[in-house]
Amino acid sequence: MSSLGVARQVGAVLLAIALAPLFMGWIAQCRAWLQNRSAPPLFLPWRMLRKLFWKDAALAEHASALFRATPYVLFGTMVLAAAIIPSVVLDLPFVLVADAIALVGLFATARVFIALAAMDIGTAFGTLGARREMMIGFLAEPALLMVFFNAFLISGSTALPTIAARLAAPPFVIYPSLAFAGIAFVMVLLAENARIPIDNPATHLELTMIHEAMVLEYSARHLALVEWASALKLFNYACIGFALFVPWGLASQHASPGTLLLAVVALVLKLALAGAALAVVETVSAKLRIFRAPEFLAMAFLLAVLGLLVHLLLGA
Amino acid sequence: MPAPTLTAQLLNGFAAGLLLISFSMLSQRRTRALITLFAWQGAILFASTSLVAYSAGLRHLWYSAALTLVLKVFLLPFILLRLVRRLEAQWDTETLLNIPTTMLLGVGLVIFAFGLAQPISALATTITRNTLGIALAIILLAFLMMITRRKAVTQVVGFLAMENGLFFAATSATYGMPMVVELGIALDVLVGVLILGIFFFQIREQFESLDLHHLETLKED
Repeated sequence: MSSLGVARQVGAVLLAIALAPLFMGWIAQCRAWLQNRSAPPLFLPWRMLRKLFWKDAALAEHASALFRATPYVLFGTMVLAAAIIPSVVLDLPFVLVADAIALVGLFATARVFIALAAMDIGTAFGTLGARREMMIGFLAEPALLMVFFNAFLISGSTALPTIAARLAAPPFVIYPSLAFAGIAFVMVLLAENARIPIDNPATHLELTMIHEAMVLEYSARHLALVEWASALKLFNYACIGFALFVPWGLASQHASPGTLLLAVVALVLKLALAGAALAVVETVSAKLRIFRAPEFLAMAFLLAVLGLLVHLLLGA
Repeated sequence: MPAPTLTAQLLNGFAAGLLLISFSMLSQRRTRALITLFAWQGAILFASTSLVAYSAGLRHLWYSAALTLVLKVFLLPFILLRLVRRLEAQWDTETLLNIPTTMLLGVGLVIFAFGLAQPISALATTITRNTLGIALAIILLAFLMMITRRKAVTQVVGFLAMENGLFFAATSATYGMPMVVELGIALDVLVGVLILGIFFFQIREQFESLDLHHLETLKED
């Protein structure tokens, strides 16, 4: 493990931490434009975080240590996930350690902790949100794994950088199975990140919210970390999507600074396009009733399975 | 395994797109969206047929591609949409089974079709041999849609989707049927839709609903 590799690893993680709130801000901006509202500034999530960090935290009387530890656990798992996912550089030290299945486990850890913390206080909304989150989580996780299996079958590896390198390598080949996997992945992304067909990130209406209901009791720095972690989660999902479906523009470990800069520019471009696309999807679709969510996620799962079948039939 | 040619890859991609649309049709609750999806299926069918015609250099396939474009992308969806508007049947369609069960059945059918097509496509020599399984799957899925839907309009869309699947099977197995047969089928479908359109009005007049459930008994005693 070279010191250069470590330095670049740290750089990539810091970049992810810095870009994640901006990505959220960009999506909110695109949504506002599409809905003919005047857009909030791009740096609003950052300002929000700064404001929250300055405030004094209020804790519920019966909050246990788990409740206080959870924001740090959430933030930590998401930063670790950001280190594992190849966003700018392909073969960084961390990227090579864990594969995509470990990544799914990491997301599951974060989900378990936030659900436990939501139930810890004992308010009705927290429990309600936690239950809904677990329901969606247990349906989304197999779908996400199936999407990964599609990529595993094509590339013969479970490591994200190997998959990305294999898919990006010329000659350019059309993989029909990846089209199925791509749609399934977008559906999982929307469900897992509390976006519109499943949950509304802007709502504070008690009966419909999922993610918001779980974090109602958090304030100040805890809330800031939770929000930052959910921004990072969305960023991570976007980067997984890039690695699987648009793997071009990633640099290798020993690339020159110029190439590295180009890779960063490519990432920012991809994020801008993905954010705009996400905003379009969220604008044209209506929020589903909670009991329609299993159907939505079952569809994602079946699409991913279909991708596997198509791969086996067409051999591509 | 050598990488397939770009044409074969594109054809595989179109086939996968057709299958994808078949599945979305199966899961679609609204009649209007269903008809739009049917038009898209026709558009992909047109693209794939033109590609086969171009790569194999077959003149008659160009004609059938053009026929597909005119009939299945523009004319039939237009007629159906107008029918739906005049019948005021745009509401959510009722399914006999719930949608996830239907989708699971659909995946089962796809596996069955793929298994069935494997030995056949192993013998074929055409550029499109791999897609025969998908064509079979599309036919079976359309069939499933006809079985699980109650309303007359959605059953007709299912019937038309089945015809799409048959057409795709014909192009993928044997580079299309003779021109006369194809023209005959195209006209049959067109006339069929027109007649069924009249039927819809009759059915609604008789039972004040398009639910085919009412047709199961012969007489009202």
